[in-house]
Amino acid sequence: MYPADFRYSKDHEWVKIEAGIGTIGITDYAQSELGDVVFVEVPKVGTHLKAGQTIGTIESVKAVSEVYSPVSGEVTAVNDALASAPEKINQEPHAGGWLIKLKLSNPGEASALMDSAAYTAYVAEKSKEHSA
Amino acid sequence: MLPVRFLTLENSHATVNVGHNFEIPFVSTPATAEIRKTALNAVHRRLGAKMVNFGGWDMPVEYSGILSEHEAVRTRAGIFDVSHMGEIEIRGERALDLVQHVTCNNAAKLVDGQIQYTGLMTPSGTFVDDFLVHRISDRHYFLCVNAGNQDGDFAHIRSNNRFGAQVENTGARYSLLAIQGPKAAGLLQRFTKVSLEAIHYYHFAFGDVDGVHCMIARTGYTGEDGFEIYFAPEHSEKLWTDLLDAGSAEGVIPCGLGARNTLRLEASMCLYGHEIDETTTPWEAGLAWICKPEKGEFLGREILVQQKQRGIERKLVGFEMLDKRICRDGYPVAIGGRELGRVTSGGPAPFLKKNIGMAYVPVAHSAIGTSIEIIVRGQPAAARIIQMPFYKRPK
Repeated sequence: MYPADFRYSKDHEWVKIEAGIGTIGITDYAQSELGDVVFVEVPKVGTHLKAGQTIGTIESVKAVSEVYSPVSGEVTAVNDALASAPEKINQEPHAGGWLIKLKLSNPGEASALMDSAAYTAYVAEKSKEHSA
Repeated sequence: MLPVRFLTLENSHATVNVGHNFEIPFVSTPATAEIRKTALNAVHRRLGAKMVNFGGWDMPVEYSGILSEHEAVRTRAGIFDVSHMGEIEIRGERALDLVQHVTCNNAAKLVDGQIQYTGLMTPSGTFVDDFLVHRISDRHYFLCVNAGNQDGDFAHIRSNNRFGAQVENTGARYSLLAIQGPKAAGLLQRFTKVSLEAIHYYHFAFGDVDGVHCMIARTGYTGEDGFEIYFAPEHSEKLWTDLLDAGSAEGVIPCGLGARNTLRLEASMCLYGHEIDETTTPWEAGLAWICKPEKGEFLGREILVQQKQRGIERKLVGFEMLDKRICRDGYPVAIGGRELGRVTSGGPAPFLKKNIGMAYVPVAHSAIGTSIEIIVRGQPAAARIIQMPFYKRPK
């Protein structure tokens, strides 16, 4: 479910790092909690983000949620497809539903994030709380 | 992600806590209160519904997704478990006198088998609740009230009972299923010998559905044709399962409170705790059609008559967003750069494919076509006042 080559934040963002570029999205758990996504706001290319800073907003039919950047860097690309097809976040949260790409300014930050196994355990715990 | 403030339904607020580092106070239910469950709770969980604490009830918010459920109701049919709704029954020789005294609509106009939408009034002419009055006989009125208001309504009605009527809180005796959408009548008819064609809008009849004794009412909260059936809770699973099984070939699906809210908003129906509450009058809420001072004395009548003569200062309006951003409950409304109101309900209108909302604004700024701004997370977003209802079903 949660790709082994991603890192995960406690706020349910993922980052996949390749050659100093981090691709960021929200996890399957997050999209499932939000429900049908209908609008996404992302920053402009060139924006500098610090880890923990707001990337933008995801709106579902029932909810609005801010998304935080799990790592620091400069925005090099945004997923334009989401403007006309925000449902990609529900359909492919870990692939076609990515939000932005960052040129990392502090690649060491990613080591503080959870790996796939840790995140899987983390959401299992969350789900248990929910159904309790 | 931040914890998500989300989905306000009836008079309760719910959030989904996607994050963990941040608390938003929300649920109106005291922490000590035990969460209540409808007879279908286990069935909803088996179906994989997302559940939410709603007004103290553990309720399904969505099954397949709000958008698909909304579409099903507009184009086919959906079935909702709304057994959390409360029932209060008033009996006795002077039952009508009590109903007339506490509500603003004229219940004397009802005949047996007829239903009326009305407001339960404070002495100030504001809303304790809004509900449906069913006249079973001239000595028996059956109220279907908002879940979160049931105990308050019951206490309010009893404390105003100077007519010797018998008032009973009978919520635990009924399950309530809403079958809503253009295919609702056809589906339900397969399960009953009662002629549904003979039950007109806002009327009801008693009869067996799927072998279960029901009160079959042609009402709903979706803007579609449909029925609400009341029956003893022990038959809930049978009715729910049989109706859904029979409807599945035609695309009839289970629907949750999420779609119920988007459907009622699109149909411009008021939600207690949002458009109406103890600070709003029927005139302000655009509910003059349920407020009948000419019927004679009732709670708040004098104040309402005065307000009508004097004229109201603010008014509920509907608007559509011109900006792509979505307005949500509670967002400020600005007109000409000044903050002059608040959004009472807002969100996507999935069938109309736009973002809409309702808000109170000063009467001087309430004309159709007026440009307004909704303050979305600190930023003004353009919107325009439009005619309600936003959605009206084709006849």
